[in-house]
Order: sequence, then structure tokens, then C-alpha cells
Amino acid sequence: MSVLVFIEISEGAIKKSSLEAVSFAAGFDSNVTAIAFGEASADSLKIAGKAGASKVLHVGDTKYNDGNIQAYASAIAKAADSIAADTVVLANSSLGDPVAARLSIKMNASLTSNVIELPDTSNGFVVKRSIYTGKAFAQVNLTEGKRIIGIKKNATTIKEDGADASVEAFSAEDSTDDFKVKILSKEKATGDVLLPEADIVVSGGRGLKGPENWGMIEDLAKTLGAATACSKPVSDMDWRPHHEHVGQTGIKVAPSLYIAVGISGAIQHLAGVNSSKCIVVINKDEEAPFFKAADYGIVGDAFEVVPKLTEAIKAING
Amino acid sequence: MKILVCITHVPDTTSKISFTDGNTQFDKTGVQFIIGPYDDYALARAVELKEQSNGTITVLNVGEAETEPTLRKALAIGADDAIRVNANPTDSYFVANQIAAIAKEHQYDLILMGRESIDFNSGAVHGMVGEILGIPSLSPIMTLDIDGTTAKMTREIEGGKETLEAELPLVLGCQEPIAEWKIPNMRGIMTARSKPLNVVEPTDNSVRTQLKEYQMPPAKGAVKMISADNVSELVNLLKNEAKVI
Repeated sequence: MSVLVFIEISEGAIKKSSLEAVSFAAGFDSNVTAIAFGEASADSLKIAGKAGASKVLHVGDTKYNDGNIQAYASAIAKAADSIAADTVVLANSSLGDPVAARLSIKMNASLTSNVIELPDTSNGFVVKRSIYTGKAFAQVNLTEGKRIIGIKKNATTIKEDGADASVEAFSAEDSTDDFKVKILSKEKATGDVLLPEADIVVSGGRGLKGPENWGMIEDLAKTLGAATACSKPVSDMDWRPHHEHVGQTGIKVAPSLYIAVGISGAIQHLAGVNSSKCIVVINKDEEAPFFKAADYGIVGDAFEVVPKLTEAIKAING
Repeated sequence: MKILVCITHVPDTTSKISFTDGNTQFDKTGVQFIIGPYDDYALARAVELKEQSNGTITVLNVGEAETEPTLRKALAIGADDAIRVNANPTDSYFVANQIAAIAKEHQYDLILMGRESIDFNSGAVHGMVGEILGIPSLSPIMTLDIDGTTAKMTREIEGGKETLEAELPLVLGCQEPIAEWKIPNMRGIMTARSKPLNVVEPTDNSVRTQLKEYQMPPAKGAVKMISADNVSELVNLLKNEAKVI
């Protein structure tokens, strides 16, 4: 038996969340194989070995560059069969989730997502998962002989003590049915830290008063190596793009540090950030509900506090 | 165009979450139930497409009798008829099987639902339905336009979006900004009372996961307040106490 991990490639490198998935798999099985799609060098794929994979199957055909959900599910099912994998692990993401759903039907497998702890195999195969948008957890037994596990981002740390993985070309069976969806174009933010992958997030709300004031949020984020985000009203008013909207109906993040500036903390916003390890709230309204969910708080004018905070962080970083 | 919109019946986002019966049952006491917020977006876009194409909308929920007010609200928003699969949904696979069985029987051009429910957050049902039916499934979908039998969509990807094109039939998991939520008006509420709501029994009771118990997160400690005149103290705490920078 073995475990197969679907690893996603971004800009030619393995995504952080996928390395977390590899390390998660290595935490409960010593025989971990990964599968990657699209253009990537063998050197960039070998890195999966440091995180715990012994081998990477690489579907390098350029037809697989674009994140085709059906084609990926078919190829992963074939790879799982070829190595007799009973478990497939992947990172929860806008690609991982829909691929996992189709794959579960192809493999006749139990599926669960948002998993945050290693499985308990003492009586069945029980995993702990986040539910109610982070407000509770469920212990779930995966009852089928095969299972697919989606790992919540930042729920585990990346191991770095393994050796390079071997990289093998893997040929997926092409089916025209799998390529019925045409991907016409992609628009991706470049040069920034991607929000769903970020370890630190600096987020702004209506308290910033207008898009022209986002420079200080970006300065603080740059100083911390962080991604920038915003609340729903800010995105609705087009101050910031939709892909920065954090909350119940936007992106859900779980960084080590979430800094909220001028955000009152509506329950819908909290639902998108309550899995953060540490929350800092800066707001001039001392009654802002966000302070109840925060680890650290400053009551003050964002236009005075944020630049001071940026300078203080620069000072300790030398 | 025949559109099926699958909706969830979920606790309002502001609900306090708690459990009973040895942490094996959700405590519904005092909880207001709503159409899942993502499903509301799917329904709103379906109503717009129906108006453009002179189509029909069937709204579907897998749930027990208590979900009927939620289905009636969907009818008031603009669905033409409703189907309730009479079962307590405990598993994505179970729900997907019920939806696929209805879809096979009625042959919809488009099956829409939210990207995920806000209770179990699995985001799996649309993909499972697509695979069972052997048709493409895509999620999370941010815009959707139909020209004849061709759908053009944008899908969220990490840090951006992609534009896609596919022929109907399709299964789509939707999210904002695909449409503005629609609020039922008085005429809609009145006509919803006489629209058909058909109750059918589940076709297959298979599940692939079993809930052992629910758990609540540990209580959060009190916030540590820092003076606005002393931001270096915050930096010190983030570095040496929380160890996050």
C-alpha cells in the first residue's frame, strides 16, 4: 500500500500548500509518491523529497499545463492504480477541491476535506476536520477501503529532512471527454505573495477611507513579506480586486499572522479568518467586535499606527 | 433551457454553533435556517438566465420536512417547482447520488449550486455529480453567460481567475460576483404557495463517511491591548511571545 499526493505547480515550483500535503502524508505512511502536472523542471520537483516523498510522477505533456479538472482527476486515478495507492492526499484549493470530488467517484473512495490532524487508525480511519467555517470540528471515519484527504492550508508544517525524490515521467491516458472544457485565458496577480498561500496577511477595511490610502497597507505587507487582503465592503466598492476579499463568501485564510486594519469584524469576515494562528486588530473604535476575536489589539487611528508599525518592524529587521 | 438549482438548508451565518447528544447532533435550538449563501448566488443567476432564455428552474434540496420553508423561499425568488429528497443528508456522496438520480430522470441543461455548503464546507457535491453523470463540472464559478448551448465562465484560481468555455450540459459550483442575491417580493411569496413541491424518497442510501463526534475549539484567551503610542511593544510580542514574525 502507498499514498499518492497531488502536488500543484505555480510558476514552475511546487506550491507551499502542496509541500504541506506531502509532509502530512509522510506523517502517517512511509511510502509517499507525488504526482505533478505541466511544465516544471526535474530539479524543482525533486524538492518534494525533502518534504517526505520518495518519488514524483510527472505528467509533463503541455496539454496538462492548464489545470484541467477532469483530465487531472483521470490521470491521478490512473497513477493511484499504477502504484496501488489506497490514499490520495492533496491541499484544499480552488483546483484541489474540484479534482478531489471527481476523483472520489472514479476511485470509489471516501472523501473528506479541511483536515487538520493526522488520522487516527486505531479503530477505522478517523480524521479531524474543520466545519461551520472554522467554528467547530468533526471527527469523521472514512469507511471505504480507499480515501481522499484534503488538507487545510497551514494546518501542518513542512518537513525538510528528507532526500531528493526521484522524478519519473508519467503518461496519462488522453480521453477527449476530459478536454471538453476549454481554458481560454488566465489572469493572475504577479510579483505579490498569493493570498491563499500567505503565512502573513495584512488586511484593510472601510476604515482606510478609500483606495488611495492602500499604500500604507502595501508598505506594511511588503515589510513583513505578507499578502494584502480586504473586507467585503472594500471589494464591493471596487477599492480592491475581488480576489483579495477575505470572509465567508470570499477567500478563507489561515495564516500564522493576520493583521486587520480598520475592519470592524462582522461575523462574515471572522468566518474567513478565524483559523489564523494569531490575529492583530487595529481600529479606532474600541467597541469594534473584532477585538473579541483578536490576540493583540491597538485602539488608534490607522493612519498614525500603521506607518509606525511598519517602521518598528523595519527597525528590528535591521 | 432547463436549469436545476441545488440548495442547502443551513444555519444563518451569525448562528452560535453547539452540539447535543454527546456531541453527535447539531443543536438547532433558536437557530434560524437559510438558503446557503453560495446557493443563493447560484439561484439568483439562474433566475436571470431563465428570464433571458424563457427557461425553467427546478430547485432541489436533500432534507427532511423542516427544509420546506427554505424551498418555498427559493420558489418565491423565481424557481418554478421544487423537489425535496426526503432524507437527512450526512455525507457528500449521499447527496450527490440523489442529485444525479434526479438529473438523470429530468435531463437538465444546467445544474447550478453553491461552491460549498457553509455547514460542512466540503465543496465536493458539484464535482461528484458531474463525474456520476459523465459531464464537466467546474467550481468556483464567478461569472456565467450562455449563448445557445455554449457556456462562457470565469473561475477563481489562487490569486486571479481563468476564463473557460464549454458546451452544455454542465454542473457548476457558484460564488459571488455571479449575481446579486434576490429578495423575494410579495407577489413571489404569494405565488410560491401554489407552486409544486414534490417529495421523493432517496434512491440509494450509500454513504462513504461516518461522523464520530463534533468538537468545539478551545476557548480563546483575552485580547492583549497595546497602547497606540507603543507599537514597538506589539512588534516585541509578535516576535518573542507569539513568534509569528
